[in-house]
Amino acid sequence: MKQKPRVAVFDFADCEGCELEIANLEEEILDLIEIVDIVSFREVMKEHSDTYDIAIVEGSIMRPMDERRLRSIRSKAKILVALGACATIGGVNKIRNQWMPDEVLHEVYGNADVKGNELFDVFKTKALKEVVPVDYYIHGCPIDRDEFKHVITALVLGKKPEIPTYPVCVECKKNENICQFELGKFCLGPITRAGCKAICPTHNSTCEGCRGLIKKAEADCVKEVLERYKLSYEDIRRRCTMYNYGREECSVDE
Amino acid sequence: MSKDFSIHVEHVTRVEGHGNIEVNVRAGKIEKVEWRVVEAPRFFEAMLRGQNYNELRPITSRICGICSIGHSLASLKATEDALGVHITEQTAILRRLAINAENMQSHILHIGYLVAPDLFGVGSVFPLVGTKHTDALLTIVKLHRLANEMSDLVCGRTIHPIRLIVGGFSMVPTEKQLLRLRERLEEARTLTSTVAGTVHSVADRLPAFTRETEYIALSTENEYALYDGVITSTDTGKHPDYKEYQSIMKEYVVPHSTAKYAKHARDSYMVGALARFNLNSSQLHPAAKEVASMFGLKPMNYNPFMNTIAQLVEFAHNIEDSLHWIDVLLENGVRDEKPAKIKPKAGRGVGIVEVPRGILVHDYTLNSKGYCTKANCIIPTNQNHANIQKDMEQLVPEILSRPEKEIELTLEMLVRAYDPCISCSTHYLDVTFV
Repeated sequence: MKQKPRVAVFDFADCEGCELEIANLEEEILDLIEIVDIVSFREVMKEHSDTYDIAIVEGSIMRPMDERRLRSIRSKAKILVALGACATIGGVNKIRNQWMPDEVLHEVYGNADVKGNELFDVFKTKALKEVVPVDYYIHGCPIDRDEFKHVITALVLGKKPEIPTYPVCVECKKNENICQFELGKFCLGPITRAGCKAICPTHNSTCEGCRGLIKKAEADCVKEVLERYKLSYEDIRRRCTMYNYGREECSVDE
Repeated sequence: MSKDFSIHVEHVTRVEGHGNIEVNVRAGKIEKVEWRVVEAPRFFEAMLRGQNYNELRPITSRICGICSIGHSLASLKATEDALGVHITEQTAILRRLAINAENMQSHILHIGYLVAPDLFGVGSVFPLVGTKHTDALLTIVKLHRLANEMSDLVCGRTIHPIRLIVGGFSMVPTEKQLLRLRERLEEARTLTSTVAGTVHSVADRLPAFTRETEYIALSTENEYALYDGVITSTDTGKHPDYKEYQSIMKEYVVPHSTAKYAKHARDSYMVGALARFNLNSSQLHPAAKEVASMFGLKPMNYNPFMNTIAQLVEFAHNIEDSLHWIDVLLENGVRDEKPAKIKPKAGRGVGIVEVPRGILVHDYTLNSKGYCTKANCIIPTNQNHANIQKDMEQLVPEILSRPEKEIELTLEMLVRAYDPCISCSTHYLDVTFV
């Protein structure tokens, strides 16, 4: 039998919720360890190895010391997978990027002397791909467990995982939800990447855009929604206040 | 006995977030014992400024993946306090179910996946698969699944809940779903006894260490306090003025840690399951008291390693408390209530809840249009960092004669006992260095 791929899980600045979603696979974790060897996963195991094929990396990059650690992980991994919004697009950590790091430091730490202390040496929040090349993306805040299983299975089989490039609206309509715009709310569904099964609108909440933006052309399939509520891709993009700070549209490789 | 050694544990495993342990011993003398938090600071306080009152809950949920329901509830209570919003009885009950579900999820994760490997002498739960402990492991997984699915039912999702909104719920569970949940919780009683039996069989591996300290938790006359209550200390009693929480939870910064430390009446205090147990154990459900007596756990218990056992006791209580509230809901009939109408106004609001790791405070100031101008959050793990440090300072001399590896493991076990949530605790910093 072919040797199982060696998988390591790492985390940077985030809430560790996406790693927890791996634990939330419950009994299916047993199936997961049938097809891969988990050799490092600090949140749930003491064992650690620096020899791995696939690195699954969660979290945003905030400091030079984090950047060094990520580069070292990249140099050891054949495949690097970004796990969750903090890693894929910077997530909520990018909200602070509307201010300069010095300004945020001063606002939060006051006049405390943090100069020269590397623990506090922060630059503007970066997603992983702003530091190293990323091979695959598992989107969401948090990730969707089924999509995680799909991506891992595809990688084990040597295939390219299929990630939707169409908007959340498509999945929302499939669930026969009442449109959030119809309820008088403002939803990012028309320009946000699907794959979450439209979970937020399905629980009668608006989409916040956690899976990142789709390309402008892809929003054509919801032209009818945009026309009905007199909106454009740009109009909705301006309302992306929680995720997607400073982003135009998605890059080709996400 | 004189010896030289140093312990450097970089990124303690099986805890949430990044923390290091440093010990230096030269000629049998301890030169340094340090608990260091090295997690990147995340500036949530800065990020909340300028956000609409509706956005504060979804953003602060992202402080922590394990206790996102707790952060959501503290956030909603603070926002509603600032806006003068009153919630219905049904909303209050559903929120109690949410808090029970999260407590169960987090506690069983900690007991089963994070602590149990130490008690069984393995590095993680994975080596236990296929051994004689497989059944116990699968029972833990089953309880973990139940807790998560209970959160899904009440909150829409277990990590970063969706249905919890200012003034109520965006959607509520049906009576049929609640009846099914009721059946599953009843089944969980036996499963919980099985887990208690398994933990009991290896409980002698928990170090017999004690250090007197102060314990702080919410308490109330009506129930074992989780969702509501008054800040209470084992040293100084009740402190009813909740908006003055900063006179109790005095936070300060140390340069070797990106998380704040806290103290009150002494050098340090402890929050979490053991603190709640020490203050409020008489209000536990009889089934939970039974688990406590099985392990000989009685208030006051000064052994931090027993925090894990107190979590197990609370798990049994959460099941019974949930059953009680489901019955009340079913008796009243579940109504499809709309959330309370909200009129933005200027004001300050404070929300305090007990979350798995202890007492949590959110404090927001809103302007007349309902936008946040100032925010402060006091995180349970921050309140425990100083206590972990003080425990280490007493523990290391007591176990100095043991092999180095054993000292290292005991210190790691101590950190794990507190179930620290380090991502939470580095959410932001705003005070000056001491």
